[in-house]
Amino acid sequence: MQTVATLAPARGHTLRRRSTSEPAWVRWLLISVALGFLTLFLVLPLISVFVQGFAKGYEFYLKTLADPLAVSAIKLTFIAAGISVPLNGVFGVAAAWAITKFDFRGKNVLLTLIDLPFSISPVISGLVFVLVFGAQGWLGLYLNSDHPALPWLAQWLNDHDIKIIFAVPGIVLATIFVTFPFVARELIPLMQAQGRVEEEAARVLGATGWQTFWRVTLPNIKWGLIYGVILCNARAMGEFGAVSVVSGHIRGETNTIPLHVEILYNEYNFTGAFAVASILALLALVTLGLKSWVEYKNASLADQ
Amino acid sequence: MLPGFKLSLGYTLFYLCLIVLIPLSAVFWKASSLTWAQFIHTVTSPPAFAAYRLTFGASFCAAVVNAFFGLLVAWVLVRYNFFGKKLIDAIVDLPFALPTAVAGITLAAIYSEHGWIGMWLKPLGIKVAFTQLGVFVALTFIGLPFVVRTVQPVLEDLDPEIEEASASLGANRWQTFWRVILPTVRPALLTGFALAFARALGEYGSVVFISSNIPMHGQIVPLLIMSELEQFHYGEATALAVVMLLISFVLLLTINLLQWWSSRFQNQE
Repeated sequence: MQTVATLAPARGHTLRRRSTSEPAWVRWLLISVALGFLTLFLVLPLISVFVQGFAKGYEFYLKTLADPLAVSAIKLTFIAAGISVPLNGVFGVAAAWAITKFDFRGKNVLLTLIDLPFSISPVISGLVFVLVFGAQGWLGLYLNSDHPALPWLAQWLNDHDIKIIFAVPGIVLATIFVTFPFVARELIPLMQAQGRVEEEAARVLGATGWQTFWRVTLPNIKWGLIYGVILCNARAMGEFGAVSVVSGHIRGETNTIPLHVEILYNEYNFTGAFAVASILALLALVTLGLKSWVEYKNASLADQ
Repeated sequence: MLPGFKLSLGYTLFYLCLIVLIPLSAVFWKASSLTWAQFIHTVTSPPAFAAYRLTFGASFCAAVVNAFFGLLVAWVLVRYNFFGKKLIDAIVDLPFALPTAVAGITLAAIYSEHGWIGMWLKPLGIKVAFTQLGVFVALTFIGLPFVVRTVQPVLEDLDPEIEEASASLGANRWQTFWRVILPTVRPALLTGFALAFARALGEYGSVVFISSNIPMHGQIVPLLIMSELEQFHYGEATALAVVMLLISFVLLLTINLLQWWSSRFQNQE
């Protein structure tokens, strides 16, 4: 009897394993095919960026990056990201607060509208600003003219001699547009899941609105916010299509890092193009690293 | 009742209008200045049709490949243990993080005649870089994470008991997968497919480096819009943009419906 009793669970265990798993050869086949696919499509292109970037040695690499045109491209990229990420971060927090802490009609429409820039081609994202501010554009038609119906914005831009298209403001605007949903999209599901109970408790205990936000909400959404900002920043620094439309490709003035890569590439300076591209690839790797770290932090918070 | 409703909603709507809605309406404002005949002439011209065919064809094929391999990668990541799994899981998001221009030049280099992959394909008579096949490769790259990231959570939540029940009722592993697991995963798989497809339709940066960019043959729609812009044909560019925007809106609606369907599926369990 005793042998039966000890054997039975063991047999049950193997049966259970066999019924909800695959034979070893199938497992290894599936793992190999999946890894093969990822190596071919992700790992090889990534390694290739660095190998090609260093093809002419360290000196050439450093010389390419120290080039004044490269430096000005790096600066402009930091300016564009430095403006668009905080703006979209504040918007993301405000939008998530309005959407998750209150009930109102048309919430789903608002959610869809916030997602809109994700589903629009980067080229069209750039085009819209050309159509607003460009020479043939909505406001642009009135710029540099004595049109009697001169709108106040065009008047103001005229007075201050501010150019938008083929200039830095256009690049910043296009970057804000394409990175618009990132933080909001990260925070909304998170704050939805957390509910309103903690904030309501803080209010009952006498906290003001801002105290509730700073001491209760913000610590709760900290990691989600960081996560959204990381993704937003990666896209802001790497945006190519939209920025390309509004940039005008003036070297040393309206070139961002990705546009500088394109120029070097089109001049057949492939090693130079890959050297500059390697900064962006490094940025992508840092982004992925931070992302995994934040996910790990989040998971360990959830376990507590 | 929490405070800040008017402030947060007011700011949200203001910023949304200022950054997205007002600029976007300029496209429709510009399109309205075209006559109907001009509009139709532009969007049904032979180069436009060639661009639609390449854009939709390559995006569709890339999304199909991603649906298949995405499901496989998600399955392997959720069900099996192997060395370096965490690293592989992290690197799946590379196409989200890597700027498209970088993806474009590196794919073009790898698949060119002397590239790491291109040199093995050359003896077989397969050319990838600067052909339509190259467009497909670039679109597969950028759409890769979508299916993995939509299917992965659904597989993680899958209750092992239903697989045990299926097995105890006499189904073999293949039948269990085909009749029990796949139907549960299907809404997420379709959502991932639609997201990858929608992303591919608008892609510009990675394609422009690996495609031949020859009109009527290697031009995707965003590139066609770009070349019209470079010739200062704002009307033509706008007409094509309107077509792409309308398609994007329809896809966005479809994706929302799919997500609603898939959340209903999950709630039923």
